[in-house]
Amino acid sequence: MHSELSARAKSLPALLPKWLRDDRKVAILVLAPSIIAVAVFIYIFMGWTLYISVSNWNRPALDLSFAGLKNWQRLVNDPRFHIDLRNLVLFAVGYMSQCIVIGFLLAALLNERIRGEVFFRTVFLMPFAVSAVVSGTAWRWLQVPSAGINLLIANMGFESFRPLWYMHPKLGMLAITIMGAWQFSGFVMALYLAGLRAIPDELREAAVIDGAGTVALYRYVFIPMLRPVTYTAVVLTGAGSIGNFEIPSIIGTGPGFATDTLGFYMFEQTFRSNRYGLGAAVATFMLILSIPVVLPYLISVLREEKE
Amino acid sequence: MSLNRLLVGSAKYAVLIAFAAFYLVPFYVMILTGLKPLEDISSFEIWNMPKSLDWGSFREAWNQMDSNFWNSVRITIPGAIVSTFLGSINGYVFAKWGFRGSNVILFLFVFGMFLPGQGILIPLVWVLQFMGLYGKVNGLIMAYCIFGIPITSLLFYRYYASVPDELVDASKIDGCGFFGIYRRIILPLSGPTFAVVGVWQCTRIWNEYLMALVVLGNPARAPVTVAIKNFSSMGVIPWNLQMAAALIASVPTIAVYLLLGKLFMRGLLEGSLSG
Repeated sequence: MHSELSARAKSLPALLPKWLRDDRKVAILVLAPSIIAVAVFIYIFMGWTLYISVSNWNRPALDLSFAGLKNWQRLVNDPRFHIDLRNLVLFAVGYMSQCIVIGFLLAALLNERIRGEVFFRTVFLMPFAVSAVVSGTAWRWLQVPSAGINLLIANMGFESFRPLWYMHPKLGMLAITIMGAWQFSGFVMALYLAGLRAIPDELREAAVIDGAGTVALYRYVFIPMLRPVTYTAVVLTGAGSIGNFEIPSIIGTGPGFATDTLGFYMFEQTFRSNRYGLGAAVATFMLILSIPVVLPYLISVLREEKE
Repeated sequence: MSLNRLLVGSAKYAVLIAFAAFYLVPFYVMILTGLKPLEDISSFEIWNMPKSLDWGSFREAWNQMDSNFWNSVRITIPGAIVSTFLGSINGYVFAKWGFRGSNVILFLFVFGMFLPGQGILIPLVWVLQFMGLYGKVNGLIMAYCIFGIPITSLLFYRYYASVPDELVDASKIDGCGFFGIYRRIILPLSGPTFAVVGVWQCTRIWNEYLMALVVLGNPARAPVTVAIKNFSSMGVIPWNLQMAAALIASVPTIAVYLLLGKLFMRGLLEGSLSG
């Protein structure tokens, strides 16, 4: 059977031109279209965006004449940009901490041989299966300040506690973090749960024999061992904070841009107001912000994988 | 001691149940609101049960978005299939035919995937206009195929790297070439990974919003995510229609998630480089 197989396999290369008979060249040739596509659609496009940010293209008609730093100056002086930066900090702090704390807590609980584990796990991760647009739509309805969740709170007897949620002129962004965390905390839970399950039982047993209680077990064994997972969660939620777009697109920018984001600002400037140069400056700014978040992570992960 | 343990045990369940409620409440309210007719919709009755089951909102929402739903199907299926196959052949090259610099290329693929989409939007629109694909379903499919390459290549690479090199070397000795090895050794082992990557890509493409909004903003051609947005920007907000539309748009991905949760989970762990 083997000889028949190899005879058939040999006949095909014999028909090909000589340079195609070298399998390593074929491999490169097969990969080439993807390399070109990614090079053009990701890297050249990013460079192009950078160039547009220093061009005069701020109206519908294409205009790629050089403008220097005009768009960047305008961006830096735009009050909306300042609010968006503040919003980014608010969002990142609220969203990252909720995702990581809730994700860790739920994973730790599920790891305790809980009855109904599959049910809980399935429910916790379900919001991740739907679009962020769905999250924004449902939560917008739930967070209507005059009713929604506030009705539930009032029915529980806390009638004086009536948060304005996403309508709050200063802290509206924190209401948005709930919608984001609703979707992504289950993802972080899944990361932590896989991490916990990968810790060998002997380690836990050894720590218990040494007299470690539950708190010490987490403090000195689990949390340090889960540091790579925490790093992954920090990077994913951090990158997600910078790119945040869907929810403000559904909810709106709120009073005084309280729920505006860089991503939505970029979208509106570019595709609603035709200020391509300014929009490209915002986009480039978002790229520059993301690099220090993502690059060290990828380098460390891929280096570890090689070892 | 045992009372203590009982308390701790029930506290654990109390926390888990509270969070289960947190994750389920939006779905519950979407169903509840979707089952009410418009005249019964008031934000003060958000928690009240519908007086009778009324499927009118779902019917109405479906009538307004059925073409968007089928657009999403028409975009998702080819987008997922093409990007998954590209990922398989690319992952095979990266894992078994690595050349000088191929690691750097894989790294650049993955790096690009983690950066915000806004960074490429303006040139994307420009190029699609130039190609005559702007505002067309095919333009969006092409974009999803290309922007899917990094994640699918990474997922397949990670799987193929675990296939022993001896298998590949043995069939090389048997005279198999690049495609022969792929067809005889790699492809037969790839079924589960195809399922993982396919599920992941279907879900991601179905739920994608930013590129769809920019490339296919036209309400008639838009996919479901953009249709939901259009429901929510009507003058008076018809909450019942919005909730029904959001639910209808979520049915396919929730069904996939509930039926194929394990595959979904593997895509999640591998794709975040944490698995």
